Order: sequence, then structure tokens, then C-alpha cells
Amino acid sequence: MTEPVLDIRGLTKSFGALVVSDGIDLSLNPGEIHAVIGPNGAGKTTLIAQICGALAPDAGTIRLKGQDVTALPTRARARMGLARTFQISALAMEDTVLQNALLGALGAAGNPWRLFRPVLSDRALRARAEAALDRVGLLEKAAMRTADLSHGERRQLEVAVALTLEPAAFVMDEPMAGLGAEGGQKMTALLDTLRHEAPILLVEHDMDAVFALADRISVLVYGKVIASGPPDAIRADAAVRDAYLGEEA
Amino acid sequence: MVNAALVAALVGVPLWAHVAGEPFTITLATRAVIFALAAVGLNLALGLGGLVSLGHAVFFGIGGYAMGILAFHAQNYLPMFPETLAIEGTKSMPVIWLVAVIASALAALVIGLLSLRTAGVYFIMITLAFGQMFYYFTISWSAYGGEDGLSIWVRNGFPGLNTLDPIQFYGLCFTLLCGALWLSHRIARSPFGLMLNAARQVPHRVETVGLDGQRAKLVVFVISGAITGLAGALFADLNRFVSPTMFSWHMSGEIMIFVILGGVARLFGPVAGAVLFVAMEHVLGDLSDYWHIYLGALLLGIVLFARGGVVGLLAGRAKSHD
Ligand SMILES: Nc1ncnc2c1ncn2[C@@H]1O[C@H](COP(=O)(O)OP(=O)(O)OP(=O)(O)O)[C@@H](O)[C@H]1O
Ligand SMILES: [Mg+2]
Repeated sequence: MTEPVLDIRGLTKSFGALVVSDGIDLSLNPGEIHAVIGPNGAGKTTLIAQICGALAPDAGTIRLKGQDVTALPTRARARMGLARTFQISALAMEDTVLQNALLGALGAAGNPWRLFRPVLSDRALRARAEAALDRVGLLEKAAMRTADLSHGERRQLEVAVALTLEPAAFVMDEPMAGLGAEGGQKMTALLDTLRHEAPILLVEHDMDAVFALADRISVLVYGKVIASGPPDAIRADAAVRDAYLGEEA
Repeated sequence: MVNAALVAALVGVPLWAHVAGEPFTITLATRAVIFALAAVGLNLALGLGGLVSLGHAVFFGIGGYAMGILAFHAQNYLPMFPETLAIEGTKSMPVIWLVAVIASALAALVIGLLSLRTAGVYFIMITLAFGQMFYYFTISWSAYGGEDGLSIWVRNGFPGLNTLDPIQFYGLCFTLLCGALWLSHRIARSPFGLMLNAARQVPHRVETVGLDGQRAKLVVFVISGAITGLAGALFADLNRFVSPTMFSWHMSGEIMIFVILGGVARLFGPVAGAVLFVAMEHVLGDLSDYWHIYLGALLLGIVLFARGGVVGLLAGRAKSHD
């Protein structure tokens, strides 16, 4: 057995009386897309925040490539190969699309302390950024101001920044949100190709995308994983239908 | 265009004044150029790093006192630390500048380390508090004139130049301003500038790609403080006088006003702001003691209707450090 890229054990977190993570066990294996679904407020984003180091858990451990990273800051986890995309796009709006991608490339290259040479003259950096933009279909818009992008394009750029990192694992928070039918299909196709580069922990509300992509699905309700398994088993699970899928069916 | 016009004015007007025998105009221009240099320093922290420092007078004052103290010991033939090190003072500008830059950079490092733990209004308050600490410290520092400050009899020297000639001293200050502008321009376009720019807008993004945005802010704060410190040394040399007022929060506010007036994050914003300020101070100050009312009104207009400042108003669309 290959060891999981990401291994979460007994993750627990409360905000006062509100338990947002309740002993969560979760793993992400090489080559897979593991979807995490659950109703609004179930604690999906807070789970991701803990995995990526933006929020400290009250208890539990997070292992990345076998190493305990529970106490490491966001930065260090990113350098170890964890790439997060945000539910609410976190992009430098005043900057161009290319500059946002370059930031990711700069993080991956790990040499940002150069004060005099123009960043645009760094060919390797530029190539990496442009390759990522090309993959999400944003290369023609590289010179545009990010604030002038449509919502869907910002979601694509969000993924492009993660791509520049060439990470060991992706952690994506609702990459399809607000994309519309066509955009959603494009994003689904893109993610499908990504899993071979690095596995994806995918938080998503779009059930078509989830059932098309996921190798495994975990269902989070009130901070608890109430079911976990292959898509067919989850679809058939009575408790899941009750708690979540039932609302939509 | 605006930038070219500014540079042309800063070259042309003093040269004209030199030929026409109007040394006072050169002195005014020198004052504007030195203020511009101080503001170029602040603009790196404020425009690029988003650090609203109301304590940049600390660096201005440190630069000023670096000049004052070194020249004071030199002119009185008193070594510093007579019992232990016995360092002579100096009347050499390059040495004074070096000391001013290093001392203000060190101060910026310490102040930055402490105040960058906070953000927003707390950052403003902490930088302001540091300014007040230095202000009251120099007031009580009787060895160097206390509240009365220090007078330096003759302007310090620069190898190969006669610094007593207004146009030559102006040339020095203008060259340093150009150097600082060039530095700002390079930094804004560098990988470091890219990181800083993003750290100002979306700090969590910068961390998420594995970069240290906080440290970037600290580094730019140090560079910023060093440039403003250099301006302080020049300002002291222009007036041949230093006093605690260089440290006052009033001074911090004025440096901030230069930047806002001209345009935050615009390369030439601080230059435009300082020139406009000195021009208003001179023209309106002659008409009325209460000229700050007009300054206030202008500032209000800019903050409400033209965030890009004067440069933004004339040159259009905002682009960082252009
Ligand atoms: N910093 C915080 N302090 C207090 N409560 C918080 C905080 N952050 C999140 N919460 C609460 O924790 C719960 C889980 O929030 P979270 O954002 O993780 O939900 P989610 O599953 O991502 O929901 P959505 O599908 O709407 O994105 C919510 O009830 C939310 O209000
Ligand atoms: Mg969420």
C-alpha cells in the first residue's frame, strides 16, 4: 500500500459551544479525487483552513507526505507541496492576471528576495506562470487587470495559481461555485486531468461534478463525517439522503 | 507626461534662479526636493506595503540628529565617547549620510519588528507612539541642545563640490532624489515588489503560495525608513539646524500629506505632493497665516474625489509606481 499524501486523524475544533470539526478522520491517496460534501455551515471551509494551517485545531493531527505538519505555519505547508484554492477568490485585484500567476510561480521557485531585477525578465518564472494560465484557458487575458475578470474567470485564475505550485496535493474549496453549466463542465474536465499530477481534496456543492469526478466521497454534517466511501455507496446511503442529498432529490 | 513636466520644472526652475540670482528660490526648491525624498521613502511603505506609518518623523529626525551630532562634535573638536572610543565627529556629507541611513534603518528594523505584529489602526498608533518617544527623548537630551536643538555653523562638505553654493547643494539633493526614485521603480517591478504588492492586497494568498509577506513588509519598512532618514540628514544640512521638531508627529503628518497630495503608490506622487506643498506654503503663507486651511481643503478634495492624488488626476488611470 502506498501511504496517503494527506492523513488527518481525530481533527477537532470548536468556536465556543459550536463544534465545527468533530473528530474528523480523512485521507487523500495518490491519484485520487476525494470529495467532501455537506450542507452549508457543515464545517468544510474550517476543515480546509486547518489542513492548510490558517486555523489551529484544538486536537488531532495532520500529516502531509508522512510528516506531522499540525504545528507548521501555512507557508511551510505550502512549501511542502500543499496548494489551496479559496471559496472566495483570494487574488490581488489591482494586479494583472499574469502577476497573480507569477506570485504562485515565485512561491514555487522560492527566491522572492530579489529587489532590483524586473520580475517579468525572469523567463523561467514567466514560463511557469503562463503554462498554468494556458491550462485554465486564461492566457489571452494575461495582461488584464484581475478586477476586470468575470467571476468565472477568477475561479479559473484561482486554480491556475495553485497549478503554478506544482504541488503534492490540491485542497480546493468549491472551485465550481458560480461557474454556470458550461464553466462547470470545463472545470470538471480540468480537474479530471489534474488528479494524475496530484490528488485533490475537493469540497464541492455541485453534485454532478462530484459524482463525475470523485473516487471517494466523505459527507460532513455538523463537523462530523457521517459517511465515507465510493460514490455509489454514498448515493445509496440512507443517512446521507436524509441529511443532505434528500433535500435535493 | 506629468512626470516629465515635474522633472523639467525641478531642473529648469533652480537653474533659472541660479542665473537670475535668486538664491531664495533655489532654497525653496531644495526644501521641496528634500521633502520629496522623505516622502518617496514613506511611499514605499505606504504605497507598496500598505503600511500606514504615522511615525516616519522618527527616521527623518534620526537622519537630522546623525548630521547634527556628527557635525557638532567636529565643529567643537570634541570627540564622542571621550573615555572609551574617542570617535571624532565629521563634516563630510557622505559619511554623515551613511550614518544617517544605517541608524534610521536600524530604528526602522526595531520599530517594524514591534509594530508589524499589529495592523490597521493599531499599527498607526504604535508608529505614532514611537515618534512621540523620540520627540520627548530629544527634548530632554541636554547634551545636544535639548528643546533648543543644535546649530551647525557651516554646511557640511562634499568632495569636489562647494556645498555653500545653493545650486550645488541643490544638485546633490536632486541627484539623491533621482536615485531614490530609480530604486523605488526597480523595487516595484522586482519579484520582491510583486510579493509585497500581493501581501498588501491579500496577505493570506501570499502565505498560501509559501511566501513570507510579513517579512517582506518588514524589509520594505527598513528601506523606507532609511530613505526618509537620508532626507532628514539633508534637511538638517539645508537649515544648518536640528531640533526635536523634526521628530514631532506634525512632521510625520506632513510627510504623509506629501504622499497623499501627490498620489499614493504613484512613483512621482511624493514629488508632486512635496512640490505642491512647498509652493502653497510659500505663496499662500505670504497671503495668510492660516494657509493650512487651504491645504486642508485641498487634501479633503483629493481624499474624497481623487484618490490617485495630483498625479492620478493629471495622468489618469492608477498604476502602481509608474
Ligand atoms: N472564525 C469563526 N468564528 C466563529 N464561528 C465560525 C468561524 N468560522 C466559521 N464559523 C462557523 O463555523 C461553521 C462552519 O463554517 P464553514 O465556513 O466551515 O462552513 P462550510 O461547510 O464551508 O459552509 P459553506 O458550504 O457555506 O461554505 C459555521 O456555522 C460558521 O458560522
Ligand atoms: Mg465553505
